Amino acid sequence: MLTLSILLFPILAALLVLAVGGKQAKQLAFVGALVELALSGYAFLNFVPDATSQFSFDYPWIFAGSIRFSAGIDGVSLLLVVLTGLLTPLIILSAFRHNYERPAVFYSLILFMQAALMGVFTARDAFLFYLYFEAALIPIYFLAASWGGENRIAVTFKFFAYTIFGSLFMLVALVYLYFQTSPATGIHSSAITDLYNLKLSATEQTWIFWAFFIAFAIKMPVFPFHTWQPDTYVESPTPATMLLAGIMLKMGVYGVIRLLLPIVPEGVGMWGTTAIVLSVIGIVYGALIAIRQRDIKRLIAYSSFSHVGLMAAGVFSQTSYGIQGALVQMLAHGINVVGMFFVADIIASRTNTRLLDQMGGITRYTPKLTVFFMILLLGSVALPLTNGFVGEFLLLAGVFEYNNVLGGVAGLTIIFGAVYMLRLFQKAMFGKTTDLTTGFNDVSGTESWVFIPLCFMVFWIGLVPNSFLKLTEPAVTNLLQFIK
Amino acid sequence: MLSIVLLSVFGIVLLYLGFLKSRAVLLPATLLFILLALGAGFLEWNKSYLYFGDMLLISNVAILFTSIVLVSAFMVVSLSGDFLDDEAAQPAEYYAILLFSIVGAIMMISYENLIMLFVGVEILSVSMYILTGSDKRNLRSNEAALKYFLMGAFATGIMLFGMALLYGAAGSFTLTDIKGYIALSHGRPSLLLYLGVLMVLIGMLFKVSAAPFHFWTPDVYEGAPTLFTAFMSTVVKTAGFAALLQLLSVAFSAIYGFWWITLAVITGLTLLVGNLTAAYQDSFKRMMAYSSISHAGYLLVGLAALGQQSKQALVFYSLAYSVATIAAFGILLVVSKQRTADGRPDDTYTAFNGLSRQNPLLAFILAVSMLSLAGIPLTAGFWGKFMIFSAAVDKGMVWILVLAVLMSAVGIYYYFRVVIAMYFREGSSTQIQVAPFYRFVLIAATVLTIVLGLIPGLFQNLI
Repeated sequence: MLTLSILLFPILAALLVLAVGGKQAKQLAFVGALVELALSGYAFLNFVPDATSQFSFDYPWIFAGSIRFSAGIDGVSLLLVVLTGLLTPLIILSAFRHNYERPAVFYSLILFMQAALMGVFTARDAFLFYLYFEAALIPIYFLAASWGGENRIAVTFKFFAYTIFGSLFMLVALVYLYFQTSPATGIHSSAITDLYNLKLSATEQTWIFWAFFIAFAIKMPVFPFHTWQPDTYVESPTPATMLLAGIMLKMGVYGVIRLLLPIVPEGVGMWGTTAIVLSVIGIVYGALIAIRQRDIKRLIAYSSFSHVGLMAAGVFSQTSYGIQGALVQMLAHGINVVGMFFVADIIASRTNTRLLDQMGGITRYTPKLTVFFMILLLGSVALPLTNGFVGEFLLLAGVFEYNNVLGGVAGLTIIFGAVYMLRLFQKAMFGKTTDLTTGFNDVSGTESWVFIPLCFMVFWIGLVPNSFLKLTEPAVTNLLQFIK
Repeated sequence: MLSIVLLSVFGIVLLYLGFLKSRAVLLPATLLFILLALGAGFLEWNKSYLYFGDMLLISNVAILFTSIVLVSAFMVVSLSGDFLDDEAAQPAEYYAILLFSIVGAIMMISYENLIMLFVGVEILSVSMYILTGSDKRNLRSNEAALKYFLMGAFATGIMLFGMALLYGAAGSFTLTDIKGYIALSHGRPSLLLYLGVLMVLIGMLFKVSAAPFHFWTPDVYEGAPTLFTAFMSTVVKTAGFAALLQLLSVAFSAIYGFWWITLAVITGLTLLVGNLTAAYQDSFKRMMAYSSISHAGYLLVGLAALGQQSKQALVFYSLAYSVATIAAFGILLVVSKQRTADGRPDDTYTAFNGLSRQNPLLAFILAVSMLSLAGIPLTAGFWGKFMIFSAAVDKGMVWILVLAVLMSAVGIYYYFRVVIAMYFREGSSTQIQVAPFYRFVLIAATVLTIVLGLIPGLFQNLI
């Protein structure tokens, strides 16, 4: 029942926000998101660390119950549910400083988005997963295209069409798999665990691997499917960018872990190296572009592209380290990237510029912002004792276990990451003050309440990673049995 | 059968009511008649009767298709509140013709004898020729009616020729007899039969506007008054596909190997032509015409992959498509009427610019309908496509499936142009006035689309 309330509550809250509307919209949305956080926190605290699906429910839905509305939380879902629960109230809180037009619609879309994301991470039926996977696109598309920057219409449409196009192939693959289950009786099943046990030929595995891979690679995005990403991140309003980078790209990584690896293990055996090579190219390519960026939002967008490449590489290594690392890194990256985008938003709205060469010397006026920025930045560059370190270390260990050379190249991410992040910090915060940065106001009370939980999480995951790893480990071990 | 009798009688009654000339009486009367016919249809549920000397078979699937037709007709008529503001117009005649045309549609859905199919097709088509030209002073409406009539008559001729050939081969017009003849021929039926099958198929494919028999569609859809375009693209299409389903699944199921390749090629062509051309249109109405061609393509996928899944898939798809299409035309009707360009109703995309600011409800209704037509999850259209795709996978038709999937990606492009225009572009600031009942019908269509998107199994135990 808990999962059901996690799925339904945000929808309820969104409808309430729409109905009440007006000035109270944002407070109401924030309270709704806090309740959802409490629900996911309850799941986190009461989760028994084993491989089973917990708090689950299951109703017959379509085709006389062969497609079921079933959802639950297991070790793989848990951290993402927590991440979604944690980030949504913070994203709403971070939007308080702007006065968006039609606030009721704006905040209810964020809550609808949260409902869809929770659905993706808890679905235990393949079609339910697909449904939520697609449904998540609609609120984010309207958020980005209604409240975004100048070039928003073309950019967000590219994003929308690109991702839907990718997932259509996944739909075909899922329908195909559905008809392969229990052919003798003619009663099919689309439960994800039933799909794990299918016996597929090598050709089938290849086709289905690519159908899934394209869908998830566009979502993450993996090189060369990333062209929608930087523009969309830049043109979207910051809360939408946070949702996209903080949570939504994890749908891709999660999909690979949940569906692709266990359903087509042989396909991964044949094509996994290709996938890792593409991911590693993305790591280096994204980092190199990030180093050259002048626009801070664009810089963070490329850094996110580079980071997700490492997660993809780790997952495709099919090792316990790689998958565990990806799960923790998804949590860590979500926290860091939301924090970074918030810093960028604060700087951009106070200086009216996003260009690095027009900034400088902000630290002179802002002790608090400097500290928060530094903590999040250290998390991003994977300094030991921060959250980024745990994830990246495990991911790199996984890739090394798969192949030394690829591991070595992927390891460059740590060096490059430090280069572009420290360059960002140095150019924006240090140096001479410019006209635009003079008299910069330090973070306000509301703004620090976004940073404080984020910074707390940076240290919590960094110092006691085991409180998260021990929850995911049994599920990952169980999953690896299907991958063999 | 009761529905056919009732509707015919009601049609005549309406003609006599014509002296009232008042829409306040005629509109509710027509709606009531349609509802009565709908209710009467369900009296024969689960009974499977043969009527008129075994020429008409009322089965459950036929009743479902009939209901879709009647629901579509009900919605279209409800939207007719102020069509043809012409003082001299004779609303009673148009309503009567609509009722007669539904009789034709029901005969096409539940025929057991090819003669009945022909009579049904003719009743429906002739009514449509008249309604297409009903905007008498509009040159385009006249052109459309003439074009539709000439080409339609030609197609009917080919179909009739095909029926004659079938009779020549099998010695009977009855579907079960033709099936029996094929079974007795030990896999070598006469050449006449094959020719007949092809010609009847061509005639029917013309009626449902499948490529390459689609050339009349855009001009006729654009020229006809929007209200009747909505009627044509839903009722005619549903009836046409029900007739094809009956023909292929009853009479010709044994020679599946012969016609499926033909149908598969036509399906591929229809999908390509419909979707690719729709993407290049500037007029919303013309886009909807090509979109109706593309949906004929998806429905044809379900026919080409004829199997256990097909009936259910076709019924569901027809319902989802009809509801969404009528909602879309309903919005177009009010928007184009109140936002004119050069004194004429503006049915280009730009007419919808900024609609969400002044009329959030109308914008939402049209957006849901576009999402449904594009097959986005949580709408009825998604499950329609899902079932059609399932039928294709079940038959192993992977290539058609891949084409259909690629084309539905193209579909997203042109359906979203309207959504983008309504939500993200600036436009006229005049609010569009909508009558309460009109609004109610549109909301009902939207609710049905969303409910079917969430619980597609709602009517499932009926099939």
